Amino acid sequence: MNYQWGFLDLWPYWPEFLTGAWLTLKLTLVSTVAGFTLGMLCAVVRDSGPRLAQTVVSAYIEVIRNTPLLVQVFLVYFGLASLGILVDANMAAVLALAVNVGAYTCEIVRAGIESVKRSQREAGECLGLSWLQVYRHIVIAPAVERVYPALTGQYVMLMLASSITSQISAEELTAVANRVQSDTFRAFETYIVVWLIYLLLSLVVRLCFWSLAQLVFTRRRKLGTSL
Amino acid sequence: MSVIVELKNVHKRFGRDEVLRGISMSVRRGEVLAIIGPSGSGKSTALRCIDALESIHQGEIHVCGHQVHSAQLNRRQLRQDVGIVFQSYNLFPHLTVEQNIMLAPLEVKKMHKNEARQLAYDVLSTVGLIDKLDAYPEQLSGGQSQRVAIARSLAMKPQLMLFDEVTSSLDPQLTGEVLEVMRNLAQAGMTMILVTHEMAFARQVANTVVFMHEGRVREIGPGSMLDAPQTDELKAFVGNGL
Amino acid sequence: MPNFSWLHLGFLLQGVLWTVVLSVIAAVGGGLLGFAIALARTSRSAWARGASLVYVQVLQGTPLMILMFLGFFGFSLMGLHQLPAIVAAGVAMTLFSSAYLGEIWRGCIQSVPLAQWEAAECLGLSRWKSLTRVVLPQTLRIATPPTVGFAVQIVKNTSLASVVGFVELAQAGKIVNNSTFQPFIVYLLVAALYFMLCWPLSAWSKRLERSLNVSHR
Repeated sequence: MNYQWGFLDLWPYWPEFLTGAWLTLKLTLVSTVAGFTLGMLCAVVRDSGPRLAQTVVSAYIEVIRNTPLLVQVFLVYFGLASLGILVDANMAAVLALAVNVGAYTCEIVRAGIESVKRSQREAGECLGLSWLQVYRHIVIAPAVERVYPALTGQYVMLMLASSITSQISAEELTAVANRVQSDTFRAFETYIVVWLIYLLLSLVVRLCFWSLAQLVFTRRRKLGTSL
Repeated sequence: MSVIVELKNVHKRFGRDEVLRGISMSVRRGEVLAIIGPSGSGKSTALRCIDALESIHQGEIHVCGHQVHSAQLNRRQLRQDVGIVFQSYNLFPHLTVEQNIMLAPLEVKKMHKNEARQLAYDVLSTVGLIDKLDAYPEQLSGGQSQRVAIARSLAMKPQLMLFDEVTSSLDPQLTGEVLEVMRNLAQAGMTMILVTHEMAFARQVANTVVFMHEGRVREIGPGSMLDAPQTDELKAFVGNGL
Repeated sequence: MPNFSWLHLGFLLQGVLWTVVLSVIAAVGGGLLGFAIALARTSRSAWARGASLVYVQVLQGTPLMILMFLGFFGFSLMGLHQLPAIVAAGVAMTLFSSAYLGEIWRGCIQSVPLAQWEAAECLGLSRWKSLTRVVLPQTLRIATPPTVGFAVQIVKNTSLASVVGFVELAQAGKIVNNSTFQPFIVYLLVAALYFMLCWPLSAWSKRLERSLNVSHR
């Protein structure tokens, strides 16, 4: 193989890679927060909402889980444009990612909610707590703690999947890679570098979630046991 | 002494199974009523009906001025007047003992945090577990968990306390500490209804004992009635029990 | 600007065909390689376990799109220019799927109680025979629902082959859109076609899971 490796050609582009990686993280953060909130609400509705709302949520989940993210991103981007709402690519990216991860979050959190025994809810009701209070104080916290590893995995996958938004020109890491490789003609090296950055970002995201768990789940931090 | 709990001809079905076949009983303020009987007699179901955990299809239930059998019942109001302790304690595993006790006063009675903390302290002293304020339920023994569960219900200052076989899942040595708490509560004048297998305890502490068999009340009387059973069913029951 | 017509629909349906082809390639290739990975992850050799762990961790930390690009440009590097896009896409998807299937199957193999292995070995069966005659048949039932579930992922993932120019359904959609400039309608149709491919698989996976839970009780 008579190939001259050109990693050094990429060196002047390190600020761009950094900016791209930073935007990837920002996209991930905002989509995660929005998606988690959406997913939680949907999970509560699926568990004990009115029949009609349950059907709507089920339909939403089935559509998201059976269509590719790429197509969802295109639909959000072009759909909003056709409605006359002009959003920049990054906003459309966040919206599509949040709606996507919201569906998966809902399923994961619902499994967590189902793992909280009915007797726990009964005990809460018998203390005079309202339906909403029972959810807030008795059901949601242990449910989320139990499915936390699954949620972490899902949001790491979200970070990796954000690469898809390069297709609508969101300026995250993969879009940067595409630009750099067409500038330098060092395609393979560019994607190797970006690959390594993504691996690093996966670790960073996992570390963030681990730290969050230590902060929020006081019982687990103090006792070291799982629920 | 006024009657604060009254059951009139209560019927309840689970599917096609009739579990309560017209039971009636009443409890006056400050009284302790013990419900005994073999498994499947409907005792726990009766207790759960009193706190509106199960619905009835015939009859009336009056508790602390609430009409429990009515569709217009305000469950949250009822549950502030009635405290219930379950066989499996049902403590909230992700909260400390203190947080378990403070939760309802904070959320339902909108109590101030310091006031709730003081209340938790007082109520835990009553059950003798003040050193377990910051412990998590998984660090407690069965007997301790049950006492915390009692404290948690007491924190809401109910008029009536229900106990559903609270010592049945405990080892014998742990049962004593829970019964002690219940005895003290009775002596302090709390109105109590307990479903129990502890015959000696029922005899000592209860003003009235109700014997249920296959969904019906067979005998009602003071504790001493266990020494002189009238019906065959009670004769068979105490013959095996004591 | 031509309106969306039957011609365009036909082009999309062709895309569906290639989506299915690529999915099968990924499933078969990824399945075979994934099986080897699963065995390596549960082998007695620490080296095999370590190497396959690294393989899985690296691939599960890689965006599929990047893998596609690496495959595409990697082949050019090796002097293999003008390879059809399906080769790069096929290789990338095989590697990607093998990591996830390997992990799924590893979990299933490990969920068979140790006592089964011991019983087989005490009967004198070799490790390979224990695996194939005793453990794997039990794994099969447990593994079927998540495997069918992952098949849905494979079909959805083929959409990324569009970035290397392979004309599966998503790329067909892009091409049709460039012709008609009615992106909303085009992509709605593309989404509907994906849904028709995926939903039966999802439903089947759920049914399998339910029947599995029932029989476990």
